[in-house]
Amino acid sequence: MTVLVYTENWEGKFKKLSFELVSYASKVAEMMATTTTAVTLGEVSDDELKVLGKYGADKVICLKNENLKNLDSQLYTNAIAQVAQAEGSKVIVIANNNSGKAIAPRLSVKLKAALGSGVSQLPLSLSPFTVYKRAFSGGAFAHVVLKTDTKIITLAQNSFDVVENIKDVKVEKVDIQVEAPQTAVKDVQKQSGKRLLTDAEIVVSGGRGMKSPDNWSPLVELAELLGAATACSRPVSDEGWRPPEEHAGQTGKIIAPNLYIAVGISGATQHIAGVSGSKYIVAINNDKSAPIFEVAQYGIVGDAQKVLPKLVEAVKELKGK
Amino acid sequence: MKILVCISHVPDTTTKVKFVEGNTKFDTNGVQWVINPWDELSLTRALELKDDAGAGVKSVTVAHVGNATTEPTIRKALAIGADDAIRVNAEPVDAYFVAAQLAEVVKKEQFDIIMFGIESSDYNNSAVGGMLAEFLNLPSVSAVSNLKIENGKAAITREIDGGKETVTVPTPFVAIVQKGIAKEPRIAAMRGIMMARTKPIRVYEPIAIEPLTEYVEFEMPKPRAACKFVDAENPKELIALLQNETKLI
Ligand SMILES: Cc1cc2nc3c(=O)[nH]c(=O)nc-3n(C[C@H](O)[C@H](O)[C@H](O)COP(=O)(O)OP(=O)(O)OC[C@H]3O[C@@H](n4cnc5c(N)ncnc54)[C@H](O)[C@@H]3O)c2cc1C
Ligand SMILES: Nc1ncnc2c1ncn2[C@@H]1O[C@H](COP(=O)(O)O)[C@@H](O)[C@H]1O
Repeated sequence: MTVLVYTENWEGKFKKLSFELVSYASKVAEMMATTTTAVTLGEVSDDELKVLGKYGADKVICLKNENLKNLDSQLYTNAIAQVAQAEGSKVIVIANNNSGKAIAPRLSVKLKAALGSGVSQLPLSLSPFTVYKRAFSGGAFAHVVLKTDTKIITLAQNSFDVVENIKDVKVEKVDIQVEAPQTAVKDVQKQSGKRLLTDAEIVVSGGRGMKSPDNWSPLVELAELLGAATACSRPVSDEGWRPPEEHAGQTGKIIAPNLYIAVGISGATQHIAGVSGSKYIVAINNDKSAPIFEVAQYGIVGDAQKVLPKLVEAVKELKGK
Repeated sequence: MKILVCISHVPDTTTKVKFVEGNTKFDTNGVQWVINPWDELSLTRALELKDDAGAGVKSVTVAHVGNATTEPTIRKALAIGADDAIRVNAEPVDAYFVAAQLAEVVKKEQFDIIMFGIESSDYNNSAVGGMLAEFLNLPSVSAVSNLKIENGKAAITREIDGGKETVTVPTPFVAIVQKGIAKEPRIAAMRGIMMARTKPIRVYEPIAIEPLTEYVEFEMPKPRAACKFVDAENPKELIALLQNETKLI
C-alpha cells in the first residue's frame, strides 16, 4: 500500500506547494491507515529531501537521470509509474499545476487509475472513494467517485493547509534507466525577480477601472508593501497595459490566494471563475452595484486613484515605514 | 501536415449553473451551448497555420464526442473554417471514455498534430489530451502558448513556473494549449456559414469503454459573508479590518 505523492522540485528546492501536497497525502494515508512516500525527480540534496519528513512523508525517493532534467511528459509519467508499482501505491497525489496537468492524465491511462482533478478537500469517503472537486469553473463543486483500485488526485493549489507532522523520514536516492526524451528544450526565458502569481498568498489586481497603464504605480507599491503579486483582468492584458502572465480568470490564470484585492474590476463571471477560490476578496470600485461586491467580503465604493494612495499610506503606517 | 482539433461542447461562460434530480445532474434547461473557449482558440491557431503557406498544413479537422444534439456546435467549427469534422456518437461520460474514443479516431485517420484545450469549462478536468497521448503512446506538450511550424517542424512554446520554454517534439504529437495560442477567436463569416452546411461530418459509433469515474453529486459554492463596506475617505479602516479579521497583513 502507501499513498504516493509526486513533489516537483525547482532547481533542487521544494516550495510551499510541495508541503501542501505532502500534508494532504499524509492525511489521506492516515485515513487509510497506511504510510506516505514522496517521489521527486532530479538532483536534490539529502537535507532538502528530509524536509518533506516534517510534513508527514515516511519515505522520500529521489530518482536521478540526466534525461529527467526537463519535463518530458512521457518520461516523467513512466518514472512515477515505476515507483507507484514498486510501492504498491493505491492513491497518488499530484499538484494541479502545469506539470501536474501534463503528467496525471497520462499516468491515469498507464495505470488504469481513475483521475480526480482540481480536488480541494480530503476524500469525502473511502468506500466508495469520493473526491470533492471544482466544476463549472468555480460555479459549483462535484462529488466524484473514483471507481478503480488505484486512484490519482490532483490537488488544487492553496486549498489545503501546510501542517507539521514530523516523521522519521527515510531517504532513498536511485539512479534509474530512462529512454532518451522526445521533448527537446531549445530555449528558456525566465522572468526574474517577480513574485509568481500562482505562488502568492496575496494578490493585488487591477481592471479597466484603473483607466490607463500610467496609473499602476500605487497598485504596484501596495503589492510590494504587502509582499503580494500583481494581476489584472483580461481587457487590461489584451490592451497591453499589463503583461499577459498577469491575466487572471477563466482564460488566464486560475489562482486561489488567501487575499485577492480587486481594483476597478467589475467582477464578470469569467473573471470570478479564475479567482473564486480566494479565501478573502476585497473590492475597490466606484460603482456600488458592480457584481464584484457580491463575492467580496470587504469593499470600498470610491475612485481607485484616490483610494489607492491612501491605502498605501495606511499600510506604510502599519508596517512602520 | 494534417491537424486534428478536439473540441468540447460546453454551456456559455455566462450560464447560471443549476442542478436537478437532487443535485445529481446539471440543469440544461435554457442553456446556450458553445465551443469550449480554449478549443475555439486552438481551432483559430490551427486555421492561422493553414493560411500560412509556409507551414504546409493541408487540412484542419475537428473531432467531438457527443450525441446528435451537439451538431450545431460542430457546424459552428466548420463555419469558422475547419475543413471537415468527426463526431463520435456517444454521451461523453468521463475524460477516460472520451480520450479512448478519440484515440480510435486518430488510429483510423492519422494526424500529425492533435490539439486540445487545457480544460473544458464545465468539468474542468484538464485530462483528455494527456490521456489520448498515453493511449497512443505519443509525445504530449502541455501549457502550450504558441505553436509554429518551421521547415516542416513544430516549434512549441510552453509555460513553466515563472517563464517559458521553446521545445520541439517529433510528429505526430499532442499539443495541449492555453492562453496565448491565439489572440482572439476567429468568427464565422456569412460565407463560412453557408459553406459549413455542405462540409462533411463523419459519424463513428463508439467502442465499448468503462468510464473510471462517476459524478454523483453537485454543490453550489458556499455563500460568502456579505460585503462589509468601508468609507472611501478612510481606507485605514480597511487595513485595520484585514489585519484584525483576516490576520493576513
Ligand atoms: C469566453 C470569455 C472568456 C473570458 N475570460 C476572462 C478572463 O479570464 N479574465 C477576465 O478578467 N475577463 C475575461 N473575460 C472578459 C469578461 O467578460 C469581462 O469583460 C472583463 O473581466 C471585464 O474586465 P474589467 O472588470 O477590468 O472591466 P470592466 O467590466 O470595464 O469594469 C471596470 C470596472 O471598473 C469600475 N471603475 C471605473 N472607473 C473607476 C474608478 N475611477 N475607480 C474605481 N473603479 C472604477 C467600473 O465601475 C467597472 O466595474 C472573458 C470573456 C469571455 C467572453
Ligand atoms: N467530448 C469531447 N469531444 C472532443 N474533445 C473533447 C471532449 N471533451 C474534452 N475534449 C478536449 O479535451 C480538452 C480538455 O478537456 P477536459 O479534459 O474535459 O478538461 C478540451 O479542451 C477539448 O480539446
